[in-house]
Amino acid sequence: MVARGLLTFKTNPSIASTGVTAGPLEKKSPFVSLFDKMYDEEQSGAGTNEQGHAKMMEDACMIALSKVDSVPEDADFLLIGDLVNQMTPSNFCAATVGIPYMGMFSACATSVSTLITAALLTDSGFSKIAIAGAGSQHNAVERQFRYPIEYGSQKPETSQWTVTAVGVAAVTPNKKGMPSIVCATIGSVVDLGMTDPLNMGAAMAPAAADTLQRHLDGHGTKITDYDCIMTGDLGKTGFELYKTLASNNGIDVTENFRDAGEEFYGEDPSFFAGASGAGCSSTVYFSEIYAKMLQGEYKRVLLIATGALLSPLSFQQGDTIPCIAHAVELTMK
Amino acid sequence: MNEKKYAALEKEISPKTPYLRNCIKAFLVGGTICLIGQFVALFYMTYFDFTERTSSNPTVSTMIFFAMLLTGFGFYKKIGQIGGAGGSVPITGFSNAVVSAAIEHKSEGYVLGVGGNMFKLAGSVILFGVFSAFVVALIKTILVKLGVVSW
Amino acid sequence: MISIFITAFVVGGLICVVGQLLFDVAKLTPAHTLCLLVVIGSVLDGLGLYEPLIDFAGAGATIPITSFGNSLTHGAMAEAEKHGLIGVLTGMFEVTSSGISSAIIFGFIASFLFKPKGTI
Repeated sequence: MVARGLLTFKTNPSIASTGVTAGPLEKKSPFVSLFDKMYDEEQSGAGTNEQGHAKMMEDACMIALSKVDSVPEDADFLLIGDLVNQMTPSNFCAATVGIPYMGMFSACATSVSTLITAALLTDSGFSKIAIAGAGSQHNAVERQFRYPIEYGSQKPETSQWTVTAVGVAAVTPNKKGMPSIVCATIGSVVDLGMTDPLNMGAAMAPAAADTLQRHLDGHGTKITDYDCIMTGDLGKTGFELYKTLASNNGIDVTENFRDAGEEFYGEDPSFFAGASGAGCSSTVYFSEIYAKMLQGEYKRVLLIATGALLSPLSFQQGDTIPCIAHAVELTMK
Repeated sequence: MNEKKYAALEKEISPKTPYLRNCIKAFLVGGTICLIGQFVALFYMTYFDFTERTSSNPTVSTMIFFAMLLTGFGFYKKIGQIGGAGGSVPITGFSNAVVSAAIEHKSEGYVLGVGGNMFKLAGSVILFGVFSAFVVALIKTILVKLGVVSW
Repeated sequence: MISIFITAFVVGGLICVVGQLLFDVAKLTPAHTLCLLVVIGSVLDGLGLYEPLIDFAGAGATIPITSFGNSLTHGAMAEAEKHGLIGVLTGMFEVTSSGISSAIIFGFIASFLFKPKGTI
């Protein structure tokens, strides 16, 4: 049987550096000390939410590049995405930094889909430095997907808080002493008929469980091979569902299971079930996980970013929420 | 795992909606807003030339004004989060819907942004209010003309 | 005098509880709930039931959005009584104009003064 959607990288491209920027509320995150730049204001000093979003992305790219002593002219590709209509923040970011650019959309799973693509470009020898990442901005995303910011609607406990944060990684050919990208699994869209946009974790959990299963089967690995298996933004509710689905599939759910969305804001109940948004998985992967790998605490990790592929239109037209999860495996030698 | 089985699992694991707690909070918050409205009505009856009947118009306008301030200063969304329907059912919730949309879209300018989007949430309430009033009044008028009921 | 404050609180609160049940049990969105309540207010006035409720509960009946449906219908029916069928159209906003005009005016003024904050 030919395993579909599985990738193994021959040259094991490395993540040479990362850049993480985040907004004012994200100072409540337990990972805040690992973020490179924080803004005191939601729009990061720009005139609109969307311009602020683009500025946050530019800053993250520049930080990641400066850590490998490079300027935008040295970078070969920029692969980045966000959740706003037509990804204008990414587009404006690309216009400013001037790196050859391809916008990518997998909703909140964009962090991993861009990382996989960057690894493929590097593996095939076309890229010396590729910037991969994703971001989101609370106000810009909420107003598009839900209600105006100041509208007093009651959010249930299952709802999640879209983060204002951007995380990018500079992918280079294999470098010793840097976390490297070994293999990946492209997710297939899973839709189990969930329709509640205020319980996205429940919609995404089956996609995460499906990709986890496919990755383990396809690459012939077991749960115990990994120091950490981190999903993207399932949140407290979705994470519980995902663990149940995984154990129903015969997987031994251990302490190594983590979820970026569930942990992003700690235990603060004002964020309900936790964080979501394209910036959630990318920032935690490129700060917390990356740092733990550099320190040698994690030798081998599996990152499964999850995305809900809905639009306000599809929801209003009564469609279900199709979801996706992409997985990438990193090792530290 | 099929859709039915998953829906059952989702129901089991997702936190239950606290029906009773939500209803009590809606009752208290909504009741308080109406109580404040009653004080405003009393104010208009005492200091201005309004009767119990006619005081409702200035009262509604005043409550809309209060809700504008609360929305602008970022408090109304907290009232809505705590009170649920207690925050959105009173006329202050209608005001919140209009004002929140208006300030949200000022970045697109006053004509296309504020003007075009102000009623994006509240507009449906006006539509259904007007149309149902039309239908109800029409039926009543016809029934009166036929002599079935009287005004 | 005191009793009107109690009935205002209780009746207003109960109408909000109906709204909350429509949110939680019927799983309607806020917009659907409000539209339904407006229609209910309008129908109640057609049946001649809403005005007695206002007499009983004061602001408890005039502040909830149901009163919007009531006053639209009331205006339409009052004009229809005087001028026949055409009054249904011309009288619609007779009573309720203050709510809509203040929402428009204050909404526009707010857009000069405020911007969305986005904090918790």
